[in-house]
Amino acid sequence: MKLNTLLYLAATLLFGSANLSSCKKDDGGPLKSETGALQIEFENRVGNQALVLNSQTYENANGDDFKVSMFKYYVSNLTFIKDDGTEVLVPESYFLIDAADPATRTPRVDSVPVGDYKAIKLTIGVDSLRNFAGAQDGALDPAKGMFWTWNSGYIFVKFEGSSSKSTAAANKLTFHIGGAKAPHNTIRTVTQTFSSPLRIRKDSEPELHFIVDAGALFRGATTVNFAELNFTMGGAASVLVADNYASRMFRLDHVHN
Amino acid sequence: MFRNWKVAGIIASVIILGYSCEKDRSSGPEGETVAFVRPSNFPEPVYQFEGNKLTAEGFELGRKLFYDQALSLDNSTSCGSCHQQFAAFANLDHSVSHGIDNCLGTRNAPPLFNMVWQSEFMWDGGVHHIEFSSLNALTNPCEMGMDLDSLTARLSRTSPYPHLFQKAFGSAGITSQRVLKALTQFMGAMVSANSKYDKYVRREPGGEFTQAEQAGYQLFKAKCASCHTEPLFSDFSYRSNGLDLNPLDRGRDSITNSSADRGTFRVPSLRNIEVSRPYMHDGRFFFLEDVLEHYNSGVKAHRNLDPSLRNGERRGIPLSKTDQSNIIAFLKTLTDHEFLRAKKFSEP
Repeated sequence: MKLNTLLYLAATLLFGSANLSSCKKDDGGPLKSETGALQIEFENRVGNQALVLNSQTYENANGDDFKVSMFKYYVSNLTFIKDDGTEVLVPESYFLIDAADPATRTPRVDSVPVGDYKAIKLTIGVDSLRNFAGAQDGALDPAKGMFWTWNSGYIFVKFEGSSSKSTAAANKLTFHIGGAKAPHNTIRTVTQTFSSPLRIRKDSEPELHFIVDAGALFRGATTVNFAELNFTMGGAASVLVADNYASRMFRLDHVHN
Repeated sequence: MFRNWKVAGIIASVIILGYSCEKDRSSGPEGETVAFVRPSNFPEPVYQFEGNKLTAEGFELGRKLFYDQALSLDNSTSCGSCHQQFAAFANLDHSVSHGIDNCLGTRNAPPLFNMVWQSEFMWDGGVHHIEFSSLNALTNPCEMGMDLDSLTARLSRTSPYPHLFQKAFGSAGITSQRVLKALTQFMGAMVSANSKYDKYVRREPGGEFTQAEQAGYQLFKAKCASCHTEPLFSDFSYRSNGLDLNPLDRGRDSITNSSADRGTFRVPSLRNIEVSRPYMHDGRFFFLEDVLEHYNSGVKAHRNLDPSLRNGERRGIPLSKTDQSNIIAFLKTLTDHEFLRAKKFSEP
């Protein structure tokens, strides 16, 4: 009887643990599809020049001089697009790239289903759902300094520096772009098409090389004049800056298959 | 005997199943589960502890963190410093909060209860998730002044926190996410629903209203309840009640950047209002009598003044002295003495 009881409990526990695994995220079908990995490199620049923090002086489209002391941004929701238009979202793909931390510039992405892809789509920032979810971990940990505590939500792109034209104290430039709610929604997506298909295979690791232009914040639909705009933390001015960088900040330079 | 074991087995598997969808748990913690029970006169809560299952270990960890001064930069200030249980977790007699280095903030520390029914927090609603409701106080240089990396590093080398986090979350490690979730378990479990008013509406013993309370309740329903909606006693909207002609504090506008929100603030709950003075976003009124008289005769013609406080040229809510004292008698039925004395929420 005692043995029977133990067996019964053991069976119940096994049944329990079987259910445990059933709650894991489904990866697309009854048959587990094969996946591969890739490497992405984000090369930070200002226009055609390499981004060098603090020491290098650049010029914006308005002819204003500026230096960069901080450039951080979120890239999220990587989505690979197949020839037939099918979109494959890489789950939990949130990356924080920090120009001051070289290790963050080359994230590795795994769990991409094996196949050929014609384009990649990414979000500059953090999707609305995750902005309004509770406390997060990893790249989205508020300890990363990319979260507004007084007005909950992520800072998507954080640019700080200085310009002799800035009228702010100590000639500072402060561009903290974020906001996930209309009318000041600054979530932007970028799609880049590959010149030849990206091949994801089980045993190779292709590399995507993006050039990321910090200068893109200040030109485009709105030419930013640092005497007039040198500080934004969300709101209407942040929308202007996001509209500027939406189509110009990320450029796919090449793919190594 | 076998039958009982069978039942035990089923219960055990149900407990395991209950934990099996929890993302941040590699194994379920031991011990009993702290139950959250929705009061029968309350709606469904906004926050249902999804991804943050309420457990005895998580709740106790949150309670310890809430009362620990080590959560502030100079080890001087805990959450409990400005959120005192006897004041329904508001800051009694402090107009504005008093942080590290004797820094005075700009707004009155709100009471803490029934937070799981709230979808936005703070006077301006800038915080939109309960799990972030403690984040600003923790990091604001004028409140607790901590940065999150220093906080998790400090806790990681302070016994018995590593052990308590392990017990609460099923694996080793102290992250800001776990700190915020544990605090949320403690604060989210703070339900205040056993006032005389609650007993009155639930027809329970101890819920008999006096004549003044009954008269006050009728007046309240006619003149106050359009904003201070039962049973939570707020509709959680943002309104101007005409405190100033030219408010110094932008209020909701500091979040929305909209001039229509200039000088508007969240309608506060009136539960436990008797014990959580002073009142208003800047704590300017120390007595309920002052508040009622403001509505009767003090409402200013602020350009965003709420329409419900404007009737042609007449502003405010006409209230005789008797009306005022009856309403105050009713407001005192909203005091939940059980909540104010509950041991489980007190400093461990």
